[in-house]
Amino acid sequence: MKLWEHYHTPTTVDEALSLLAQYAGRARIIAGGTDLLVEMRAGEHEPHHALIDITRIAELTTIARDGEQITIGAGVTHTQIVHSALLQQRAACLVESCGVVGGPQVRNVATLGGNVAHALPAGDGTVSLVALGAEAEAVIGGERRWHPIQALYLGPGKSLLNPARDVLLRFRLAACGPREGTAFDRIMRPQGVALPILGCAVRVRLTADGTRFERAQLCIAPLGPTPERLLELEVFLVGKTADEVSLRSVIDLAQSSLHPRASKYRASAEYRREMIGVLLERTLTRAVERARAASVDPR
Amino acid sequence: MSALQMIVNGTAVDVDVPESRTLAQLLRYDLGLTGTKIGCEEAECGICTVLVDGVPVDSCIYPAFKAQGRSVTTIEGLAQGEELHPLQRSFIDHGAVQCGFCTPGLIMNAAALLNENPDPSDEAIKHALKDTFCRCTGYASVMQAIRSAARARRGEAPLPVNDPPVSEPMHAISRSVPPIEVVEKVTGQARYTDDYHFPDMLYARTLRSPHPHARILSIDTEQARALPGVRAVLTHADVPGENLHGLVYRDWPVLCGDVVRYVGDAVAVVAADSEEIAARALKLITVEYESLPVVADPKYAHSPEAPVLHPQHPTGNLLKHIKVRHGDIEQGFAEADVIVEREYRTPTTEHAFLEPECAIGVPAGYPDHEKLTIYVGSQIPYQDRNQIARAMGLAEEQVRVIGTLIGGGFGGKEDIAGQIHVALLATVTGLPVKMLYTRQESLIFHPKRHATIIRIKTGAKRDGRLTAVEAELYGDGGAYASLSDKVMTRATTHATGPYNVPHAKIDCYAMYTNNVPSGAFRGFGVTQSAFAVEQNMDLLAEELGIDPLELRLINAQKVGVTTATGQLLRESVGLIETIADVRRDMQHEQPEFRWAWREGRKAYAWGIACAYKNTGLGGGAPDRSEAEVEAFEDGTVEVRTAAADMGQGIAHVVAQCAAEELRLAYDHVRVLLCDTDLTPNGGPTTASRQTFMTGNAARLAAGALRDALTQSAAEMLDIAPEQIRYEEGLLRYNGDSLRVGQVVQWMKSHGLSARARYEYWAPPTQALGTGGDMHFAFSYATQAALVEVDLDTGEVHVHKVLSSTDIGRAINPLMLQGQIEGGIVMALGNCLTESFIIEDGVPWSRLLSRYKMPGIKTAPEIISRLVEARASEGPYGAKGVGEIPSINTSPAICNAIYNAVGVRVFSLPVDQDALLRAMRAGEHEVYAAWHDLR
Ligand SMILES: Cc1cc2nc3c(=O)[nH]c(=O)nc-3n(C[C@H](O)[C@H](O)[C@H](O)COP(=O)(O)OP(=O)(O)OC[C@H]3O[C@@H](n4cnc5c(N)ncnc54)[C@H](O)[C@@H]3O)c2cc1C
Ligand code: FES
Ligand code: FES
Repeated sequence: MKLWEHYHTPTTVDEALSLLAQYAGRARIIAGGTDLLVEMRAGEHEPHHALIDITRIAELTTIARDGEQITIGAGVTHTQIVHSALLQQRAACLVESCGVVGGPQVRNVATLGGNVAHALPAGDGTVSLVALGAEAEAVIGGERRWHPIQALYLGPGKSLLNPARDVLLRFRLAACGPREGTAFDRIMRPQGVALPILGCAVRVRLTADGTRFERAQLCIAPLGPTPERLLELEVFLVGKTADEVSLRSVIDLAQSSLHPRASKYRASAEYRREMIGVLLERTLTRAVERARAASVDPR
Repeated sequence: MSALQMIVNGTAVDVDVPESRTLAQLLRYDLGLTGTKIGCEEAECGICTVLVDGVPVDSCIYPAFKAQGRSVTTIEGLAQGEELHPLQRSFIDHGAVQCGFCTPGLIMNAAALLNENPDPSDEAIKHALKDTFCRCTGYASVMQAIRSAARARRGEAPLPVNDPPVSEPMHAISRSVPPIEVVEKVTGQARYTDDYHFPDMLYARTLRSPHPHARILSIDTEQARALPGVRAVLTHADVPGENLHGLVYRDWPVLCGDVVRYVGDAVAVVAADSEEIAARALKLITVEYESLPVVADPKYAHSPEAPVLHPQHPTGNLLKHIKVRHGDIEQGFAEADVIVEREYRTPTTEHAFLEPECAIGVPAGYPDHEKLTIYVGSQIPYQDRNQIARAMGLAEEQVRVIGTLIGGGFGGKEDIAGQIHVALLATVTGLPVKMLYTRQESLIFHPKRHATIIRIKTGAKRDGRLTAVEAELYGDGGAYASLSDKVMTRATTHATGPYNVPHAKIDCYAMYTNNVPSGAFRGFGVTQSAFAVEQNMDLLAEELGIDPLELRLINAQKVGVTTATGQLLRESVGLIETIADVRRDMQHEQPEFRWAWREGRKAYAWGIACAYKNTGLGGGAPDRSEAEVEAFEDGTVEVRTAAADMGQGIAHVVAQCAAEELRLAYDHVRVLLCDTDLTPNGGPTTASRQTFMTGNAARLAAGALRDALTQSAAEMLDIAPEQIRYEEGLLRYNGDSLRVGQVVQWMKSHGLSARARYEYWAPPTQALGTGGDMHFAFSYATQAALVEVDLDTGEVHVHKVLSSTDIGRAINPLMLQGQIEGGIVMALGNCLTESFIIEDGVPWSRLLSRYKMPGIKTAPEIISRLVEARASEGPYGAKGVGEIPSINTSPAICNAIYNAVGVRVFSLPVDQDALLRAMRAGEHEVYAAWHDLR
């Protein structure tokens, strides 16, 4: 089956937008195509008349640093992220999450923007971006502006972006500074679709003496239709000693206050509740280690 | 059409193609670079991998125009002229190529890895190949090949080939020679069915039922016919002969006319100028259905309220009741001190051979085709011919089936797929017609491994001797009979395990349902019954306080034992040796052997299981195979037989047999397989029968040719035939010698043909229930699995499998080891990852992304030993090897899981979720599998 008639590779955002406008709803943005084309093949979309490939737009394919801000183009591939020394040092959880997406063939073409625009609450890149407190710049309905990352998610697979009209441009996030550490991990199963049972990313900052949490940002997904920060846990952690005892108590709080659902062929609610504990333990321990190692400003 | 420019394998390419092309389509169909294979079009299997600017991508979901201006490297671009790339060389040397369909993908990924990292760790290799699947090799040889190629590229000595030691190697037998066509496979030149193209060829698609059970009220094809580019739309009314096929029972409509019985049943076929038009035409066919009640499980099928699916079948939904009666079951249990009884479940599983089904029909009268000719990668070419002829209303001689290379089969390419449909379409249109199934179509259409429910009760005396086995098996045969009768018979007759069981009563009910049909799949029913038998053995061992290995030794079949079907085992029973091997290797693993231990949050344990599997059809079925061997003036020899090589390697086996008999160099032997006009019938490639059957046919045909050559040489030289010996391709006599080619020349000039044919008949067997020899040989195996269970997550990893297999003789030790490793990893999938889920008759597993087979990261280290308890009738003592390794892995793993964490899993595939919950709740038995999770 012909899934599309025309394939465009614009080199500027304006060109992409005007192509979308020209096709008036009959074209769709494609990046790596690893979600889109697979879904189209599975008959989950009507064939699109045209595909607009955004991966040749230079400003969408670079990772840059501007002071304490890191910007990542929406068309940056998972492989680029994994290989970025900047991100390895300053946003390790993102490197970890993009490093587990698919295999090399998928990571070499699949993009962070595609992961976000696809809007699955447990997309691996998504979980880390949320914990990092990232923002996304997009042209939505003709208006170019920055959005908190969560604002792009309307429901499982439902994005604020209309891919027949809008373009996601790039992400920005504050680079991890001294005493900051991040980590990502996920639980998979060897059967069925390659969606994590549960993913978890954390970003913590320790107090100057390295003993207490000064700040914590957490995301565990899927817990609901969209990815969320775990504000109650974040507040709970602030001021607590960064040790085994606090870890146990935040896990207890998480397991009693969070209500993961069961999903068919993926996980029981009970299993997910257990995994909340496992993931928090693994990620918080690692993030704290990293924060301690980053006690000296790496700049 | 738009202009596309790129560099392909170093050459600038400038083509005008539709913008809708994927890179894979462009390479294969526009540029003719068919080395790049398509296995799924879902970015799942990775075999379509090519390099774009040096970076591996899945070309199946890579739009061709994304590659505009880029440089693309495919498998065809790796070798430097005649000089193979070190990876290509190494894949050949280390036996990492079986069917070869995945090989281009594996090699391209590995090539990119080595460019980036010349000295990769095992970890790095696994990381790079994580999403590139091979269904044949089990990955161990692939790992070794890549390690070795990396060394070669760095200028170091390649690694030694890991072939297992064997006893009494001969001239060509028991030698690890490279398989046939392996160079073509590593260079992308090998041609599978979809790689063939004929001028004016049309493309076909099949309209399939979306309903598990429905009456067809009407079929309207008018609009489809009217679509420009459509050449034919055919339905049941257009089948000139019998509208039925089937290997054992002819119950499967070629095209359904009145009722559809499963999701995937064929209703209409279309041939058109392009695949795309054919696909559009399918949407224009209107079929009115009236839904009928669905029979979704075999126990319900057996109940009186279930609707009867095949009214003409005399026993209704009960396809077959299979019985084993041996001794006196009541006495057996009365004698037992300990009895265990449990119920086990195994799911429907999918072969997932990497090459989806493809068939090409060429009409009679088309250039170079005198008769209706079907090109297909089939496991049973002669039966295909029979079934095509009957449906076409033709005599068998009016049809020719040409077997192409097969990209994996494992039992899944025994039934008719598109063969009859392309015959119909080619005949109606007068043009060649290709029918290539998509992966998704292949998944829903073809027969699978039977889901089973097995209740089994085993009794033993205090000293460990088994007294009785009573079992009841239900097998879900699905909508059509396929090979259910035979498969479930094997499950039944093997349900005592490879043990001496004096009293047995086993009943099996093979049922019709509205699920996907079930048929042959490596292990052939025994994989299922062994899962139950071998776990019951461990339950008994625990109750009795006897070591599990010891319990098996106490009961192991040996010469002199009579099986539950009444067969006295007279020779070639190497089970005890295989147990001893595995025990020795297990003890070798640790200074102080322990069954189980813990490290941090991980529990480790060993588990073991034994297996046996018949060789050949048996059960009274006449089993024969025919081969022909011809010598030529250039001193080469050709072996011809219609025995399918789906990667398991019958081609090199027959070549080795011929080389052995004629003392010829192996590379002087060619093999022609599977052409019903040119090669005699080798019989079905099933039941682990080809090495034994066609190996014998080739051996005896070559022997007959040798006798003829000797006779002629004796006449030619005027000496006594006894004075002639065969050595290194020469006939030696009285200190002088003659080349084979010279004798052939002489024979030709005297009007003699240097050709011999042999029809080999297997030793006769008896039908089940009549006692005596039900089979002419059995292979035996023992495996130990080392399993790690994560105590926090319930995740299960198999680190190592120790295996020992009695195969009579290793004709080709390296390739045999590949069969064993591949079989073990396939069985590991059966245990841990695979379940073809059907919900109320509707397949959920309709995408490859929903059916995970083991990848390189899950593949364990495998140490395999061979026991060669010669079978006197087998070729040089060999017996079957194809299936035995796929039988005992699952129970070995589950026994190990129990030993590790005290929870026994009764239903496959193992679910980490259910396992963890049981561990937390302190429960010892889990009856839920992954697919039960809602
Ligand atoms: C084998 C396999 C394994 C996978 N494993 C994982 C995994 O482990 N974890 C995981 O999270 N994901 C996984 N995925 C999913 C997928 O690879 C990722 O979500 C990926 O990041 C999607 O990126 P893409 O560039 O391919 O998106 P595309 O498929 O190109 O696009 C996805 C969607 O986003 C839209 N879109 C893309 N870019 C933009 C943009 N700049 N502006 C507006 N709309 C846009 C598209 O229109 C489409 O709707 C896997 C996929 C495959 C095939
Ligand atoms: S991944 Fe491309 S064909 Fe399977
Ligand atoms: S050799 Fe790998 S799939 Fe057959």
